[in-house]
Amino acid sequence: MKEIAAPMSSEPPEAHKGADAAARLARPGKIAAAQPPARPGPGHGAEIHPEINAEQHALSVENFCLYYGKTKALHEVSMPIAAQKVTSLVGPSGCGKSTLLRSINRLNDLIDTVRTEGKMIFRGEDVYGPNIDIIRLRKRLGMVFQKSNPFPMSIFENVIYSRRITGERSKAILHEVCERSLRGAALWDEVKDRLHQSALGLSGGQQQRLCIARAIAAEPEVLLMDEPCSALDPIATAKVEDLIHELRGKYTVVIVTHSMQQAARVSDYTAFMYLGRLIEYGPTASIFQNPRLKQTEDYITGRFG
Amino acid sequence: MSSLQAKYQASSRREEHPVADKVSRAFSVVSVWTCVIFTIIIIGVLALVTGYLLSIGFSSLSWDFFTKVAIPQGMAGYPGGMKHALLGTVELIVLASILGIPLGMLTGVYLSEYSANSFLATPTRFICDVLTGVPSIVVGILGYELVVRPIGNFNGLAGAMALAYIMVPIIARTTEEMLRLVPNSYREASVALGATKARTILKVVLPAATGSVITGVMLAVARVAGETAPLLFTTLGSAYIRFNPLEPFPSLTQQIFDYSKSPDPAQQRLAWGGVIVLIVLIFALNLGVRFFARSVQTRAS
Repeated sequence: MKEIAAPMSSEPPEAHKGADAAARLARPGKIAAAQPPARPGPGHGAEIHPEINAEQHALSVENFCLYYGKTKALHEVSMPIAAQKVTSLVGPSGCGKSTLLRSINRLNDLIDTVRTEGKMIFRGEDVYGPNIDIIRLRKRLGMVFQKSNPFPMSIFENVIYSRRITGERSKAILHEVCERSLRGAALWDEVKDRLHQSALGLSGGQQQRLCIARAIAAEPEVLLMDEPCSALDPIATAKVEDLIHELRGKYTVVIVTHSMQQAARVSDYTAFMYLGRLIEYGPTASIFQNPRLKQTEDYITGRFG
Repeated sequence: MSSLQAKYQASSRREEHPVADKVSRAFSVVSVWTCVIFTIIIIGVLALVTGYLLSIGFSSLSWDFFTKVAIPQGMAGYPGGMKHALLGTVELIVLASILGIPLGMLTGVYLSEYSANSFLATPTRFICDVLTGVPSIVVGILGYELVVRPIGNFNGLAGAMALAYIMVPIIARTTEEMLRLVPNSYREASVALGATKARTILKVVLPAATGSVITGVMLAVARVAGETAPLLFTTLGSAYIRFNPLEPFPSLTQQIFDYSKSPDPAQQRLAWGGVIVLIVLIFALNLGVRFFARSVQTRAS
């Protein structure tokens, strides 16, 4: 069993984690006793499939807890995110997947009552460390929201907003970035004749693809998507999912989704969360075909949630 | 279904309670007609008053009114016109806007965007709300004590500052309300792209609320254009065209007040003319605000 935990990537924390997970799996008693209690108790370790540790890690969540005032919303979540792959977070409503996603680029800082513990390691630095320049980090973490939110500006201005932030003036470069991003979001052909019209005139699906174009114009390393298709019709959803297929390999994508089918179609790795805890995490095929915990199987087959 | 249930179901139907049904219909008709009658009364009263004012005032409006300054009794061309007062009011509004609009808008931005982490916000909001109701004569006396006395003479700057003092709380509160209406998703999207808070506010939030903020500002200006009491104690009034704000300043409202006390019917006619012009000015400003707001709405949707 120990051989499955292959030699790690360069970062020591990941190697340490991988060895932990492998050691946990190696103890035979642990697997046999993997009957989850009706409610996971404190300190219940997540079931992490070892294939994760064979990957390069773009981001690593370590013992991350989050409190909304006195309520604990995330309980000691630890998971590495594989680089250049699509990872999906699934789970019933209120399980903390959106909260976890928003914690990655510290968007929860905008809410007053939020307090966090634990670490999130991105590019070797702890995102919640004391001296972190979060503005610089946010430029590397793009985010797409559930409800499309284009700014009340022209399409062109929307897409190059991130370049205006860095002070880019050259019109040639701005136009090139705009075209590249819109092509990358499969929106160029539809809007190339009306780049200077208001973005609010686009349809819902187009607006969401515009938001994706806006996010990738910043050339982030990790793309965080919070239920990007939940407000879209099936055709627009299919287009966005095709887009995610193309983005894989270039970007690391973390997507929160309510739809099990979408997770199965789109992602390489799936993490199942429940009540603020990570329950199981592994390659999508394994999670859907042989989930290790009964709770995961119950959720996937629709018995609860 | 038992007969008791059937009886219960049948008894809630309208036809089974003819009296109650008639009473409720009658009440509805009476209410509607009461509203209609009161509306007619109010509109009628307003129309009568306005018609009376217009009939008296129009006869006093003439070309002289707009082109001549005040001419004292005994000289040719008496009583002259109100050109100096009209110009004075415009100058005072411009000066008060320069003083009051930036301060009001920045306060509104602070209350809406930065107040989450600050203990100053609640008292500031409360004070703004109280100040919108302060009697304008109190503001005038304040201006006298704080500006006229140190400078040594009545002056236009004190008048502009008093008007700005009235404008700032109104603009602050309306700006705050309009900024709060901008959905949070814009702020989140901007922040997620790595923008600083200042850039988010300047480039995304304020532009999104521009139309409504300008509407609020214009309404504050319209309110202040018709104020008299603050100007009585601060600008004193003048018969000449003035450009220096450190001297006594003329203004339309204050000149109406002076002329209306005069025993001479010629000057009283001028006062009536001033009243008409003031009403038309306020009316036009408010209509302009409404048209502007509607055009902004259609542009944004």
